[in-house]
Amino acid sequence: MPQSAEKILDHAPLFREPEYRQMLAEKKLNFECPHPDQIVTDQREFTKTWEYREKNLAREALVVNPAKACQPLGAVFAAAGFERTMSFVHGSQGCVAYYRSHLSRHFKEPASAVSSSMTEDAAVFGGLKNMVDGLANTYQLYDPKMIAVSTTCMAEVIGDDLHSFIENAKDENSVPRDFDVPFAHTPAFVGSHVDGYDGMVKGILEHFWKGQERREAAGTINIIPGFDGFCVGNNRELKRLLDLMSVSYTFIQDASDQFDTPSDGEYRMYDGGTKIEDVKKALNAEATLSLQYYNTRKTLEYCEQSGQETASFHYPLGVQATDEFLMKVSALSGKEIPETIRLERGRLVDAMADSQSWLHGKKYAIYGDPDFVYAMARFVMETGGEPTHCLATNGASAWEAEMKELLASSPFGKDAQVWAGKDLWAMRSLLFTEPVDLLIGNSYGKYLERDTGTPLIRLMFPIFDRHHHHRFALMGYQGGLRVLTTILDKIFDKLDRETSETGVTDYSYDLTR
Amino acid sequence: MSLDYENDGAFHAKLIEEVLSQYPDKAAKRRKKHLSVAKSGDEAGEEGEVVSECDVKSNIKSIPGVMTIRGCAYAGSKGVVWGPIKDMVHISHGPVGCGQYSWSQRRNYYVGTTGIDTFGTMQFTSDFQEKDIVFGGDKKLEQIIDEIEGLFPLNNGMSVQSECPIGLIGDDTEAVSRNKAKEHGKTIVPVRCEGFRGVSQSLGHHIANDAIRDWVFEKKNVEFEAGPYDVNVIGDYNIGGDAWASRILLEEIGLRVVGNWSGDATLAEIERAPKAKLNLIHCYRSMNYICRHMEEKYGVAWMEYNFFGPSQIEASLRKIAKHFGPEIEEKTEKVIGKYRPLIDAVIAKYRPRLEGNTVMLYVGGLRPRHVITAYEDLGMVIVGTGYEFAHNDDYQRTGHYVRNGTLIYDDVTGYELEKFIEGVRPNLVGSGIKEKYPVQKMGIPFRQMHSWDYSGPYHGYDGFAIFARDVDLAINNPVWGLYDAPWKKSPRRGRAMAAE
Repeated sequence: MPQSAEKILDHAPLFREPEYRQMLAEKKLNFECPHPDQIVTDQREFTKTWEYREKNLAREALVVNPAKACQPLGAVFAAAGFERTMSFVHGSQGCVAYYRSHLSRHFKEPASAVSSSMTEDAAVFGGLKNMVDGLANTYQLYDPKMIAVSTTCMAEVIGDDLHSFIENAKDENSVPRDFDVPFAHTPAFVGSHVDGYDGMVKGILEHFWKGQERREAAGTINIIPGFDGFCVGNNRELKRLLDLMSVSYTFIQDASDQFDTPSDGEYRMYDGGTKIEDVKKALNAEATLSLQYYNTRKTLEYCEQSGQETASFHYPLGVQATDEFLMKVSALSGKEIPETIRLERGRLVDAMADSQSWLHGKKYAIYGDPDFVYAMARFVMETGGEPTHCLATNGASAWEAEMKELLASSPFGKDAQVWAGKDLWAMRSLLFTEPVDLLIGNSYGKYLERDTGTPLIRLMFPIFDRHHHHRFALMGYQGGLRVLTTILDKIFDKLDRETSETGVTDYSYDLTR
Repeated sequence: MSLDYENDGAFHAKLIEEVLSQYPDKAAKRRKKHLSVAKSGDEAGEEGEVVSECDVKSNIKSIPGVMTIRGCAYAGSKGVVWGPIKDMVHISHGPVGCGQYSWSQRRNYYVGTTGIDTFGTMQFTSDFQEKDIVFGGDKKLEQIIDEIEGLFPLNNGMSVQSECPIGLIGDDTEAVSRNKAKEHGKTIVPVRCEGFRGVSQSLGHHIANDAIRDWVFEKKNVEFEAGPYDVNVIGDYNIGGDAWASRILLEEIGLRVVGNWSGDATLAEIERAPKAKLNLIHCYRSMNYICRHMEEKYGVAWMEYNFFGPSQIEASLRKIAKHFGPEIEEKTEKVIGKYRPLIDAVIAKYRPRLEGNTVMLYVGGLRPRHVITAYEDLGMVIVGTGYEFAHNDDYQRTGHYVRNGTLIYDDVTGYELEKFIEGVRPNLVGSGIKEKYPVQKMGIPFRQMHSWDYSGPYHGYDGFAIFARDVDLAINNPVWGLYDAPWKKSPRRGRAMAAE
């Protein structure tokens, strides 16, 4: 009997015990009707070949292990970045359970959102009644300052019109006439979560800015961070930098407090976020900066139409990307970049110089959202690494072109390949046929690590199987240090593992590296 | 081992009243029917007798805008019933999200070479685009099935798990499945589990059961030598290895588990099920349908059992053994005897640390009743429980488990659950990932009772030891004592009202 009260074995060790191993072997043999081992082995080996890769990459319809989610997730994340805002997703209720779970599993935090709980009858007659009742219930139960409405694909397919539904609900006194109910149509069959983010932020800005007169406040800027699983660390770090520069700025959409509430006995359903008053005033800013272009294309267009100057970045991470961000902020605000920040920059460069020999020539596969992949590829090249495979399931031709331009700008990018629209099963073939030293992505990459042996570095949403990384910044020079250290740790840990066999490889098990 | 206690029904009734007063009238009227306090039944205590009555309405639509914790039919079919069948490819047919959010989250353990001969922790999606909505997705589905055949030739079948749009745009996944099954000589099962169907995961279970009946049974000539002690385990999804920790016991008492539905299952195990002598059903809610069908059509008897905690395990083993006669009964007593020292040691170790601690539960369709005795075996007290998607027959069965005065909540809303927990301030809450962090912020220990909080198994004797350890480490971790900053003089958090 393997179990004992003194040493309780859970699943990982328990099922390695002989009783269980034998039981499972017999189950397979007698009841599972498996394929013969040789056939399984042959097929497994075949999936490592160029021939399989070609078939795999030629897929036109099937998607396997994609690295993207659907629009409403982005909308729910976006809404979480505004003061006392409840997400209300119009459509089937299961979707909302999924968004909440997904966000909670990454942030290890509560994630609130409600559904209009549409069922079969609503599919036939439309979901107006659900909207009318739902807004009334949400308003009364959860005491929000704003309810941000988005849609599941069910509501989109049957063509529910959010604008008129919300007007109707107000006519029926579900919420007071002047209560803020911005909205965004977020069809899951168009784009990905980054577009849902874009739609919801734009919807909120439009709600508050439409018809308002703009009185430009020179030197003030808005910052839109984009969908970012590291918003907790990143937003706080950027605010620190902007404060050091004494810039007058407003974060439009800031979920850093919402997804990092303290444990002190009180459950805060709402915390932090951009104040409604600040959203209104943000119309007057001289400029709006997006930290992630592909998350904010429509929003930026709207800001431009509103008379603001706009600029966008691709997740400002690493030396040059942070330089550009700060210089742009400086130019727009008229504020100097202080000496303290220059010293911070110098410390990041110092660290990179100290470690350059371990990083030079390392090959990487990078996947994730388009802006993140751009940022990581750029930083990797700054360290002398080669971004061999750059993949974004939700990247399209514009992203591909931008990536190619970036990669052409450095000798370290000359062998790099860009994979727009591909998924992680495609990545598996790429890693087998053209292997790399390190894989950068999210938790889903652990299956690639298992199959191909490529060490995985988790730097992108969602991270389910490691804790608290998102609490630390990746952006800015400080963030760069964090990314650098994370990569180096992975390299050194692997080297130590490979050189730790006593009397065989441990001559290289160096104390100092 | 049955604990003797009663809960403070009057206090719980007051909590319900307070919560309902916060709703708009229309919603309050509807929610009232879902909340109650368990009342004494006729004869409390005797085995098999109803201990109390849980009189709530269930399995009806959730109210819009209240933050129901429920999921959808797709979650019930793909996530629960079909997803664990490991040698089939399950296509999430529609937009990308449903498959993405449910990818690898249920922890149905299996053994196999993923991506080669098993496909459990993968996400296959048709990733619907606007053009698929406009022009229909049948052609795309055909191509997807072909591409799966080309790239994953060792799959033993496929299922097409319909997401919301499929049923709305009028696609004919049945025709595609039928034609492609013929062409490839494989089982291909269309499942109409669009998320808007029904009111929760529950209809998805039913639809998934029906799909097995209509698209798997009697489709192939199953060659199998049936034996006298053949059983199927039905409704064990092998979360954290639950089904394995159960199987080992069933085998020890002399039975032959010829199919496990559906954790760690292959299609062959599903196909041969009608040849077994008895269906042992753990999750009654999600798989009673197919058991009833097998009983009617093939004469396979079925029996509910409960492998949570030693009291229930013993009772269940004996009940199962009785069905097979003296030989099995004799072995069963030996098995019970063999494990008793382990269980005694586990209880001796943990009961003193847990005795009298109160627990509130909110889970899916089975565990809100099934796990109660396991806590009681550790000396703990269940003060409230409720289901996401139970039906009336589940609440009837719940009466066998809960004590007088227990707070009962069906399809609880985020608001209600928060207020109930605040009011009762139990020592432990057992629920899901969405509930975990709000509860912990309040300083109340929590265990996820869907995923076993990444631990498990919890079934069987081996599982009970892990369960006891996990409950102890949740409640007795020092972090709960660190919540208050020592320099901040604030009144201690306590019950909203004096209780008990």
